[in-house]
Amino acid sequence: MDIKLDTIPKLLLDHAKQRGDSPANRHKYFGIWQSWTWFEVAKEVRNLACGLAKLGFKRGDKLAVIGDNRPRLYWSMVAAQALGGIPVPLYQDSVAEEMVYVLDNSDAKFAIVQNQEQTDKLLEIKDRLPHLEYICYEEPRGMRDYTQEFIFYYKDVQQTGRAFHGENPDYFLNEVEQGKGSDISIFLYTSGTTGKPKGVVLTSDNLIITARNSIDFDNLTCNEEVLAYLPMAWVGDNIFSLAQAYVIGFCVNCPENPETVMTDLKEIGPTYYFAPPAIYETVLTKVMIRMEDAGRIKRSMFNYFMELAKSVGIRILDGKPVLFSEKLLYSIGQILVYGPLRNNLGLSRTRLAYTAGEAIGPEIFEFFRSLGINIKQLYGQTEASVFICAQPDGQVKADTVGTAYPGVELRLADNSEVFYRSPGVFHSYYKNPESTAETKDAEGWVATGDAGFFDEDGHLKIIDRAKDVGRMTDGTMFAPKYIENKLKFFPFIKEAVAFGDGKEFATAFICIDIEAVSNWAERRNLAYSGYTDLSARDEVYDLLQECIESVNADLARDEKLSGSQIKRYMLLHKELDADDGELTRTRKVRRIIVAEKYAVLIAALDDPEQTHCEIDSQMTFEDGRKGNVHADLQIRESARIKSHVHTLAA
Amino acid sequence: MERTFGETLLRVDHISLSFGGVKALTDISFSIREKEVFAIIGPNGAGKTSMLNVINGFYHPQEGEITYKGVHRKQMKSHDAAVQGIARTFQNVALFKGMSTLDNIMTGRIIRMKRNMFWQAMYLGPARKEEMENREVVEDIIDFLEIQAIRRTPVGRLPYGLQKRVELGRALAMEPDLLLLDEPMAGMNIEEKQDMCRFILDVNDQYGTTIALIEHDMGVVMDISDRVVVLDYGKKLADGSPDEVRANQDVIDAYLGVPH
Repeated sequence: MDIKLDTIPKLLLDHAKQRGDSPANRHKYFGIWQSWTWFEVAKEVRNLACGLAKLGFKRGDKLAVIGDNRPRLYWSMVAAQALGGIPVPLYQDSVAEEMVYVLDNSDAKFAIVQNQEQTDKLLEIKDRLPHLEYICYEEPRGMRDYTQEFIFYYKDVQQTGRAFHGENPDYFLNEVEQGKGSDISIFLYTSGTTGKPKGVVLTSDNLIITARNSIDFDNLTCNEEVLAYLPMAWVGDNIFSLAQAYVIGFCVNCPENPETVMTDLKEIGPTYYFAPPAIYETVLTKVMIRMEDAGRIKRSMFNYFMELAKSVGIRILDGKPVLFSEKLLYSIGQILVYGPLRNNLGLSRTRLAYTAGEAIGPEIFEFFRSLGINIKQLYGQTEASVFICAQPDGQVKADTVGTAYPGVELRLADNSEVFYRSPGVFHSYYKNPESTAETKDAEGWVATGDAGFFDEDGHLKIIDRAKDVGRMTDGTMFAPKYIENKLKFFPFIKEAVAFGDGKEFATAFICIDIEAVSNWAERRNLAYSGYTDLSARDEVYDLLQECIESVNADLARDEKLSGSQIKRYMLLHKELDADDGELTRTRKVRRIIVAEKYAVLIAALDDPEQTHCEIDSQMTFEDGRKGNVHADLQIRESARIKSHVHTLAA
Repeated sequence: MERTFGETLLRVDHISLSFGGVKALTDISFSIREKEVFAIIGPNGAGKTSMLNVINGFYHPQEGEITYKGVHRKQMKSHDAAVQGIARTFQNVALFKGMSTLDNIMTGRIIRMKRNMFWQAMYLGPARKEEMENREVVEDIIDFLEIQAIRRTPVGRLPYGLQKRVELGRALAMEPDLLLLDEPMAGMNIEEKQDMCRFILDVNDQYGTTIALIEHDMGVVMDISDRVVVLDYGKKLADGSPDEVRANQDVIDAYLGVPH
């Protein structure tokens, strides 16, 4: 019999047959990695599914899943899918209040949660969730006194399921076979920076076809090891730890708990790894700090070989020619530095690593690539079942997100907004036809809301949110976040705010990073009395001038952005602060508020005659008191470079 | 929920302890029932730690009698106390700084190990099996106290709050019937205190361990204790439920002072 493997549960049963003895999941518990083979997982899922069916779970019912990455929670999702139900994973660190909307909107009838903490959250809001009938917990700790008749222990449900399976041996298989590729596979709620979260409905086909494409693209095999440590409610985890694993049959490892991830990473040594830029950045900072504390010999050895790796390692990784002598030195470095370092970071077996979500600093990117870790960028979103663009091997750059993914069509609108169409394009937003219609047109093209353009190699560059991209008076595209990110990659710059929409030339506020700059000042015996004093120094202006001009040089390389080079800038007398309302709590600049508060300064920047500007502004001190700061800020001009492209044409 | 307690686990009768001319404890009597959380409070120098030291046999009182599990005795040796199921933590953390969390907690198991040092060093046959069984208990405690992330970290590198938790772990490793905690929350921030309270209540609830603790933070004491005894200048001022003690005029005077 040749059944079409178009749903996750069907794939599971197939693996149980094909590679029943290979490990499918591991979880560290009581200090030991416990593992389950594909055969065992199939049995666990079957028992759970039968237990749920016995409780009354029916085709089309929704099952909320809340907790850290645990094999049993992944099995819960598969069990729901096996019965034709729909799993709805939630972010486990949301407070109860935030869960109400998702649970209510998704009509979740069952919830499988990790522990007492999550159970308590649900009990707190259960009155407001008319659909929620059953809660099932995985960890029995502290649950002894919960006697409510609608609360069940995971293993008890499985026990019932085993009995049920004994009585109806064909039930489970029948249910799985009824599944089709076009069935709805999962609801994933996007966190939504504005307004209520939206439930993205993905079908089995969305996930499985996307997973198959990605497996071909990166030559993944059943021997990969991954560590599942990112939230289960995030689309990436559903591709990396579920869909891809179930399609090709590799092993997914779950950390002991969220705090042990770094140790577990080292023990597992994943071959395939995903992390947001912030994690890579933390790792690099840690390494650098520890090397600062290392002995002189170790430190100079590290510095020498890392310098070597920067040129040689990256070329080796990209398959470009290297001299024999360079190769020899690199292999010595491999023994002395790169190997031990990779092992320490838990990346010694990592063949492929991805990052996405935010711009990544070029030196961070370079650091990992020079160690021989093939770190690449991808661009994706929940609505696309992750993949829109990714960098093919050998064509990796720090500032692009790569070319269109296999099966994905890309299109740029007149305002530079990126549109795509792919087999992964979501079915709809649950119970929200208006938003669905706004985002996806009749032909299946989806608006990303991001603005971008293609570089000379056909790689997509994402520059900003489409709504934030403006035009300068001469029509040049102005993407503030793109410029600010480039500026913020310099350690001396903490925050930057660029202005240019509707202006003749671009200007910027810069906030120095007090730690980095004060360190620099100390080494130069430069005395200063505080932030305001330090940032007004000519020496500091000189230091920052270099940073800004190098960003300008960078911008000049893009024909479309060359005109948005910064002409005039000033160093702000105070740090932008969330307490003053200038930043959000997640440290994003509130552009409008900053523009209003410092209107005087912006006007001075725009006026080429002015060389300085005085300002009185209110600031909140750390103890909550408010005070006024008066400062006279100098304005500097930075050199702008003519676009290479223009020069060549001329 | 109504809490139920068992028989008297430990009774102290007319205990007096002095160091030379200094009277540390004068005629103290109280009893601790099985499964209760019992607190000893009092101002600085009231004799709280001395009382704890008397209970676990570190100090020997000149007068009075201790009855533990129905057996009367004038004094008890620390080692006997440990074998009989009395475990304690210290006011100043007393761990092996260079050893990992795991090893420190493992030391709490030594009392339960039967093989001699030679066999343990050889790590063969029965000694190996014993080690594995004991490791299982230790892992259970690590899981219980949620300190998996620091399993292999030398305790000297840990922040104070976590060290306190490791120390509690080591005491738990003895599988005690009576757990003595000397200021388990001293020097902690609010969050660490909340965690510690939860662990103390969980130990009491899950393992049924009787707990006697000394604590300065009145909020904590009143919240988690079933019964409280108040000492002042080595004398017992009051004894009863937190509410009774709170209302006792002598206690109020001792804590807030009286006009002279």
